Amino acid sequence: MRQAFDEMSSIDGQVRPAYETLQHWLSSVPQDVLAHRRQEAEYIFRRIGITFAVYGEQNAQERLIPFDIVPRIITKDEWSRLSKGLEQRVKALNHYIRDVYTKREVLRAGVVPEDLVYKNPAFRPEMNGQRVPHDLYVHIAGIDIVRTDPDTFYVLEDNARTPSGVSYMLENREIMLRLFPELFSMHKVAPVENYADDLLATLRSLSPNGGHEPNVAILTPGIYNSAYYEHSFLADKLGVDLVEGRDLFVKDCTVYMRTTEGPKRVDVIYRRLDDDFLDPLAFRPDSVLGVPGLMSAYRAGNVTLTNAVGTGVADDKAVYSYMPEIIRFYLGEEPLLPNVPTWRCREADHLKYVLEHLPDLVVKEVHGSGGYGMLVGPAADKMQIEKFREKLIADPDNFIAQPTLALSTCPTLVEKGIAPRHVDLRPFILSGSDKVRIVPGGLTRVAMKEGSLVVNSSQGGGTKDTWVLDA
Amino acid sequence: MRVRIRHEITQHFEPGSRNLSVTVRLTPRSHEGQFVQRWTLDLDSDCRLYPQEDAFGNLCHAFTVEGPAEKVAVMAEGEVETTDTTGIVRGTVEPFPAALYLRQTDLTHPTDDIIAFADAIARSKDPLIQAHTLMVALHEAVSEGEGSALGGPLAAADALAAKKACSGGIAHVFTSAARHLGFPARHISGYLAVDDVGAARHWAELHVPKIGWVAFDCGRNLCATENYVRLAVGLDALAVAPLRSTGADCLEKVTACDGRAPPRLAQAQSQSQN
Repeated sequence: MRQAFDEMSSIDGQVRPAYETLQHWLSSVPQDVLAHRRQEAEYIFRRIGITFAVYGEQNAQERLIPFDIVPRIITKDEWSRLSKGLEQRVKALNHYIRDVYTKREVLRAGVVPEDLVYKNPAFRPEMNGQRVPHDLYVHIAGIDIVRTDPDTFYVLEDNARTPSGVSYMLENREIMLRLFPELFSMHKVAPVENYADDLLATLRSLSPNGGHEPNVAILTPGIYNSAYYEHSFLADKLGVDLVEGRDLFVKDCTVYMRTTEGPKRVDVIYRRLDDDFLDPLAFRPDSVLGVPGLMSAYRAGNVTLTNAVGTGVADDKAVYSYMPEIIRFYLGEEPLLPNVPTWRCREADHLKYVLEHLPDLVVKEVHGSGGYGMLVGPAADKMQIEKFREKLIADPDNFIAQPTLALSTCPTLVEKGIAPRHVDLRPFILSGSDKVRIVPGGLTRVAMKEGSLVVNSSQGGGTKDTWVLDA
Repeated sequence: MRVRIRHEITQHFEPGSRNLSVTVRLTPRSHEGQFVQRWTLDLDSDCRLYPQEDAFGNLCHAFTVEGPAEKVAVMAEGEVETTDTTGIVRGTVEPFPAALYLRQTDLTHPTDDIIAFADAIARSKDPLIQAHTLMVALHEAVSEGEGSALGGPLAAADALAAKKACSGGIAHVFTSAARHLGFPARHISGYLAVDDVGAARHWAELHVPKIGWVAFDCGRNLCATENYVRLAVGLDALAVAPLRSTGADCLEKVTACDGRAPPRLAQAQSQSQN
């Protein structure tokens, strides 16, 4: 694999202008000071209790996500290009989902194959023909971005269901401000703290009723959910109620919250609960996490669910490969952010190529997430590749393949000092009925192991603060 | 035939329950060969019914009972004029293209056994013959047993393994196998006005090229006749459930009979508890 582009020192070792101050500072601060600050950061994280549970581990206990104290820097120009591309992408996603549940022009035009929609487990027949308030489906999107050289940002994945991680973006910044005030005085860093205001403004703009002050609530599956911290964190920052299914009830196709002052109407529900569990009368009958009758209120147009039900139909990895065509189809524009070249194993000639080049490719499950069930060809041994080959031949529809990209690296504090580690970026895009809002920044995830390309926190990845320079 | 139908459902809840949400799919629609002449829906509670059309084009009603209550009773009653169409279903409201009905669900998930069963069926170039072959094979493989058709039918795999299932379980095996063979297939709930057979019934419809939707009742090994009244359509029994709520026990009483015959002679009744 060719050498990765380092965001600080480029490929030729020249420090890039945006990183000059930081590089200078890093080389002047003694290592033990950095190590001490890192310990301090960990202590703060532990004290505020930002932990998460890793599924599928034997002693699944709450863990800290490693936090790296070296910030990642993005210039204003780079960000403005990125944010235009992100806005375009989310617009296309919204058009696509609306179309899939109403006129289905994209299927009739043959842009996307029918079975990719109809047989998609994330497609919700129940949403067919249903209008949602303001015709918007994906109100909160997380688009995963990777970089391979100074000019190229690829979209790696769209997250249109309930993208998480925004609490880390906010907490990382807060901790950096506490630990390194001097660094902030040396850089003009665009703030991310207004995310909470932006999110609240977006949610309120989505209210189905113009008449009164909209009441917003965050619906959580409860304390056993791995992202519960984030749910309570957001409720706190937004100043809205955090509710569980049993705190809400439906009466006459309208949703109410039980309060000490009697029932209070709810207009917008930011739900962090999967579609399957939302309403036992419409989806899984055994769900006790949802609100019975919620879908009847939704169907009657009396409540907004964010994100809408059934948005998963747009964010699996097979649909991803059609995103450039989807953008052209709805917007008549060229995609501003390219896709990573993707082979769809459901197509015979693509499958043939993939089977011939398994050691060079990354093969992923169409509906997989969190870095589970994938094959990283160059890092796998013969046995693993052969085993995966069998899985792939047995069910090719379930897989896509991509070249192993030389993801960019960022300076990261590791045992031996500062060393480059691979990173990606998840910015959060908010689509309200009034406008699209994107806070400058996002969640940078970093693979803490040398050479590793897997940045998922469930696989030992860490996070960094992401700085978008204001000037 | 003029079919007279009466369908009572009593859903029980924990005593003292409040704000009970209920959705019912208890209103048939008219189409070719089926004309709804009179239909009423009654509740034992004082509340407002919100008519809605679900994604599959079924007429449903949502309502909430403020309570406290420990049961909600719904009664649907009416008369439907039917004519024989040799099982062919036309003039229905179709919000989806047929291709959607290739979608499997948890209840119709094609296990290895179902795939083996479907693949073992004699192939025919004529899709209509193929569909009939599948019906006959299934009729021999799974016999119809007692049990509430509208209760909780078995999932396809369980019904095939048990070799005995209610009409809903048999319809699950049929739709699962048919979808595997490439036929769009869907689950139907409705009524059957025949002596000695439960009046509430499930069957299936297959989309046959050049003909359209055709109704097959594998339990009785025939295509739907004028004795059948179609109530709701969906991907599986859950999607056509006549009543969905959060309560525990549900008691049903269904009668469907020839409205012109003396009522005592042709009456079928079924009671269930699940």
